[in-house]
Amino acid sequence: MTDYRIGIDVGGTNTDAVVMDGDDNLLAKTKTPTTEDITSGILSALDVVLDDSGVSEDELDYVMLGTTHATNAITERRGLNEVGVIRIGAPATQSIRPLLEWPDDLAAAIGNNVAILDGGHEFDGRLLNDLDEEQVRAQIREFSDVDAFAVTSVFSPVRDDHETRVAELIREEVGDDVPISVSNEIGSVGLLERENATALNAALTSVASEAANAFVDAMNERGIDANLYFGQNDGTLMSVDYAIRYPIFTVASGPSNSVRGAAYLSAVENGIIVDVGGTTTDVGAVTEGFPRESSVAVEIGEVKTNFRMPDIIAIGIGGGSIVSTDGGVTVGPQSVGYKLTEEAKCFGGETLTATDLEVAAGTIDIGSETPDVDGEIVEAAREYVRERVEREVDRMKTSAEPVPVVIVGGGSILVPDDIAGASEVHKPDHYEVANAVGVAIAQVSGEVDRIYSLDEMDREEAIQHAKDEATDNALAAGADADTVDIVDVEEVPLSYLPGNAVRIKVKAAGALDH
Amino acid sequence: MTVEIGVEEIEDIALGATVLGTGGGGDPHVGKLVAKQAIEEFGPVELLPPDELDADDFVIPTAQMGAPTVSVEKLPSGREAVASMERIERELGKTADATMPIECGGINSTFPFAVAARRGLPVVDADGMGRAFPELQHETFNIYGVSGTPAAVSDEQGSTCLIETEDNDQLEWLARGVTVRMGGVAYVSDYPMTGTQVNETAIPGTMSLAKNLGRALRLAEDDAMSAIREVTRESIYGEARSLFEGKIVDVQRRTERGFVFGHVDIDGLDGDEGSTMRIEFQNENLGAAVDGSYVATVPDLITVLDRETGGPIPTESLRYGARVRVLGIRTPEIMRTPAALDVWGPASFGLDATYEPLADHP
Repeated sequence: MTDYRIGIDVGGTNTDAVVMDGDDNLLAKTKTPTTEDITSGILSALDVVLDDSGVSEDELDYVMLGTTHATNAITERRGLNEVGVIRIGAPATQSIRPLLEWPDDLAAAIGNNVAILDGGHEFDGRLLNDLDEEQVRAQIREFSDVDAFAVTSVFSPVRDDHETRVAELIREEVGDDVPISVSNEIGSVGLLERENATALNAALTSVASEAANAFVDAMNERGIDANLYFGQNDGTLMSVDYAIRYPIFTVASGPSNSVRGAAYLSAVENGIIVDVGGTTTDVGAVTEGFPRESSVAVEIGEVKTNFRMPDIIAIGIGGGSIVSTDGGVTVGPQSVGYKLTEEAKCFGGETLTATDLEVAAGTIDIGSETPDVDGEIVEAAREYVRERVEREVDRMKTSAEPVPVVIVGGGSILVPDDIAGASEVHKPDHYEVANAVGVAIAQVSGEVDRIYSLDEMDREEAIQHAKDEATDNALAAGADADTVDIVDVEEVPLSYLPGNAVRIKVKAAGALDH
Repeated sequence: MTVEIGVEEIEDIALGATVLGTGGGGDPHVGKLVAKQAIEEFGPVELLPPDELDADDFVIPTAQMGAPTVSVEKLPSGREAVASMERIERELGKTADATMPIECGGINSTFPFAVAARRGLPVVDADGMGRAFPELQHETFNIYGVSGTPAAVSDEQGSTCLIETEDNDQLEWLARGVTVRMGGVAYVSDYPMTGTQVNETAIPGTMSLAKNLGRALRLAEDDAMSAIREVTRESIYGEARSLFEGKIVDVQRRTERGFVFGHVDIDGLDGDEGSTMRIEFQNENLGAAVDGSYVATVPDLITVLDRETGGPIPTESLRYGARVRVLGIRTPEIMRTPAALDVWGPASFGLDATYEPLADHP
């Protein structure tokens, strides 16, 4: 079996695509402008790489897509579902109502339907309050017009039975068609942030299903009968069905794909990844081949969430960044963006961009003319970029030890080869399409993030329990049993609790089962 | 002059309380939201200068205690601390004229405003720590002879536990145990006091200070240090001093007896280049030493700011690579008497240092 696969990454500026074979050799690559309707950009990138690689549509086994649909829908408040937000935890939690901190227009966009009902658990799994099923049913009937439900229960990362039961009651009351998001499948401890992530997920399911259907239709139109997957923000894949149920996990999948792709292309499993795009440079860390997760709450559309997100710092420097020479040379954060080919000097425009400097210095040869730029300005600008990148690379590190740094993305040329704090600097082949490579080689994963009471089981048992559950979750997501590995174990003792509670996070990942 | 505390002032108090929290005191976020919702529902709260209390006015402080990990999950019903207050009222047969925070750092700086809004009471502009400390006996009220009990500890179920003890160390011990049984977080009313006792033992003006610090930081644009300096200069604390600037190169943490102990090492930048500062913490920052010599210790305030944004950084968020500025604020006189230093001087936290007030250092 040849196992040809296509990886496509839809970015703000470019849509990148690669064709790879079963041994992960790259056969063809392309970078095409992202189009407003997204699908047509995807199809043109697809056509280019199929043509270049000589692989025919019917030889494709997998198509993997990284998209920004979900992020855009939240930012633009477009196509969002009306959501019934149900919190289980009364009498606790009533002092802060759901959506209290949301921007008014976003809360209005999802309908402001909130309820706090009886139930929930303590940190050690004891019952906080009984679930009142009649109360739940009455509330569901009151929310009968909503497009989707978001259910969050107190300490559901420890015990999920109240969330599960409420989901069953919703099914009984309103049938099988209304999407239900339950918080224990989305976020970790931290009720408001988990509830926010769950509500956003519920708000996105229609947008996700439209995008997924458009993608599936486009593939059918091209006669492609391959397995379709979406990239998630932990650098692994999910099936189309899963992506429709958990669209929130596609948020920030782009930078994660870059980290995965850069690690693969450079063979650096642990280090810092610098992805230089058109308007921003993303700096992230790779740990055992996967993007490191952020340890703090991350805001999406001004809403605090705590589901897993890659630890990424974005700097306003990219190929399209405008170079200012007023009182010292600076680069960015203003950018000509997708208008590079109109406005940059090397394309005959009027604006001095980072790209022009490199053309002037002779390190790259693009555009129609060579801008006349003073050599000192080029040097000063490169120093500026170097300092900014060095600082963020240093912030990404966890100790003073030098670490390998991998530079990828279309604007890689802007970053010098000698970075302070780097043990070595890699600019691997195919660096410009690292994100598409990252999604093409992605694996499937399963996770667990739970609080265990060590009064009930010892530490070893608790960790084993979490590993088994993470492995089961990876298998359920489509991983091949022979290839599943535990890729991360994190253990956090809980402070101010002498009762021996520990939070354990485990991730397992494996190759696609085929 | 009394000041009205509305939603915007709560935001400022929460931000200022992160500076006064000296790295600990719990994330003020939950306390802030609880207070905001209560004020939206029940109206703004009057901040009452302690010298406007009558001698026999009855003040019951209120607070949350317990595990931060639980407090961000099992949010309060909003009635717990009110229930604690009412239990003490029943016990003593008197109705509270005001509530008050027991600490002005972290989550407990805003919590009493939620209680006050629900009960229609003012909040006394004072507290018993002048910063954040980990335990209930770390109170000026305790040091200057106020009994912590009768105290009441309540949970969201409507359970209330009345505690009477001979000394306030025992109050901490029992209340901590009840809190664990209540699911890891509980809401206390303790140190019930007369107006006279408040004026004899509390640190005045600390809520205004938190509010003014927060507002100054919010408006500071890029000079947080000057803003903090200006506000502290006008207070009963000492003027804030910049102790050190540098990059975090190491953070060590360990959990013992339910507290987070550890230290952070900072390599100097600019004027401090070539030197290293070590900050030791037990939840809160306890001591800061440059190249092995202490430049600040408890009870003086040691706060770490982000060098670029000026935002205060809690100890749990300190990590390698962060560029920081460490500032010190001298604690008020009432916090550094021999009796006070017995309870929260460097030795009581196991530091090998003698307390010297911040400004006396070169």
